[in-house]
Amino acid sequence: MSASEAISIRAEYETGNVKPLLHEIRHALERLLKGEDGTIIDMRALPLAPGEEKRIEEALGEGEVRAELNALGPSVILETSYPGVWLVTHRNTEGEIIGRQIEVTFIPSLLESQPEDIRAGLAGLENELAEDPA
Amino acid sequence: MRKDQNLGEYLRAQGVSRRGFLKFCSATASLMALPPSAVAQVAEALASARRPSVIWLSFQECTGCTESLTRSHAPTVESLIFDAISLDYHHTLQAAAGEGAENARMAAMEENDGEYLLVVDGSIPTGNPGFSTIAGISNLDMLKETARGAAAVIAVGTCAAFGGIPQAFPNPTGAVSVSDIITDKPIINVSGCPPIPVVITGVLAHFLTFGTIPDLDPLGRPTAFFGQTIHDRCYRRPFYERGEFAHTFDDEGARKGWCLYELGCKGPTSYNACATLKWNEGTSFPIGSGHGCLGCSEPGFWDHGSFYKPISAGLWGPRETLLGAAAAGAALGIGSAMAARARKNKALKEAEADSS
Ligand code: SF4
Repeated sequence: MSASEAISIRAEYETGNVKPLLHEIRHALERLLKGEDGTIIDMRALPLAPGEEKRIEEALGEGEVRAELNALGPSVILETSYPGVWLVTHRNTEGEIIGRQIEVTFIPSLLESQPEDIRAGLAGLENELAEDPA
Repeated sequence: MRKDQNLGEYLRAQGVSRRGFLKFCSATASLMALPPSAVAQVAEALASARRPSVIWLSFQECTGCTESLTRSHAPTVESLIFDAISLDYHHTLQAAAGEGAENARMAAMEENDGEYLLVVDGSIPTGNPGFSTIAGISNLDMLKETARGAAAVIAVGTCAAFGGIPQAFPNPTGAVSVSDIITDKPIINVSGCPPIPVVITGVLAHFLTFGTIPDLDPLGRPTAFFGQTIHDRCYRRPFYERGEFAHTFDDEGARKGWCLYELGCKGPTSYNACATLKWNEGTSFPIGSGHGCLGCSEPGFWDHGSFYKPISAGLWGPRETLLGAAAAGAALGIGSAMAARARKNKALKEAEADSS
């Protein structure tokens, strides 16, 4: 039994804020399919009770894609069990969360290679080939 | 970061990819409480941002504001923001002291005349110049002298913004706020005792990104962080609406996470972002830990009566009028109990109607 269970603290409250968020996601998916812009929901802007963020995660579940980005600390970009709904979690080098978003989109833009990075990579590849013409 | 470099060049030189930079911009936009759709704009502005000089003065304060900032989470993003500013004077953090430190302040003022950002924490004693001095210079003189060439002033913490605890009754040092002294410069009040660290960096990030000061409320606070009350964004709000209140810190209501209004929560009259940004690496905030909001970001919060009496108990007046208002406060207390009962009765009736 954990210490908080021993003194019977209930850390999960039902405030009714989870369902409206799921409806907001439903509307965003409908808009996306109609050809309108994607939607980004900043989780930090939501008034959530202890335990509610976890309940949102559970409600969204895990889908087929899980990508990890390593830039200024790790980020996880996860497609939820609802295709088109992505959960993006950014952490800093200490592993602390610095941003959390639900993105309703075909593919989160962070997963796309960026022209500047492609240019730098291409220059690197050209150098490599120039040094080793065989 | 070199002075002639912009932030984009600096990050690239540090080996940060464009993707990493976009992640940084996304966290910064979130810091500034901008909508995620603003990330592209932030990226464009930040890539070419130049390094502003910042002078930080600490007066009658407890160092809690600096502690809050230096212990803030997200060190990567924030250290990048700090790399992107030139903190030329902060007598708590800098190694130099006395004359050496003062020379650094004078040099930064001269070199960046009209362009540097002045950050102040702590209130200014006006009773006797000797109450608080730095290198033999009174706080009042140092503030006036340093503000003269500043582009803008950020008053960090409730003491600098509104006088805070040093100004609490009977205000023995004659403490006043920055805006009581400086009247000819844009002043951004980042109140809170201490302010939320990400709000301090959010304001710095705004200046760095757009080179302007953010939209302010009538008390000079950035509306992005102080535009709504704690109550507006409180997760216990549904309990408030249903009239479900905790009456003691260990009753059944408290255990069920009910609203803390009757235990003195000042959330309904306090403008701040604790309910969403939270504290300690985004872990929680006072209400999340079972204690009402003290209203520390509001002017005169220390003199507004008990932290454990509901707002309706006649709290909002200067300390001197409180004695006279005591009888009225008692009457309001009864009024609040009746209002609470009425809310409960209404909720009960609605529940009965729902179940029938
Ligand atoms: S706990 Fe305070 S801020 Fe939250 S709903 Fe109750 S009165 Fe409002």
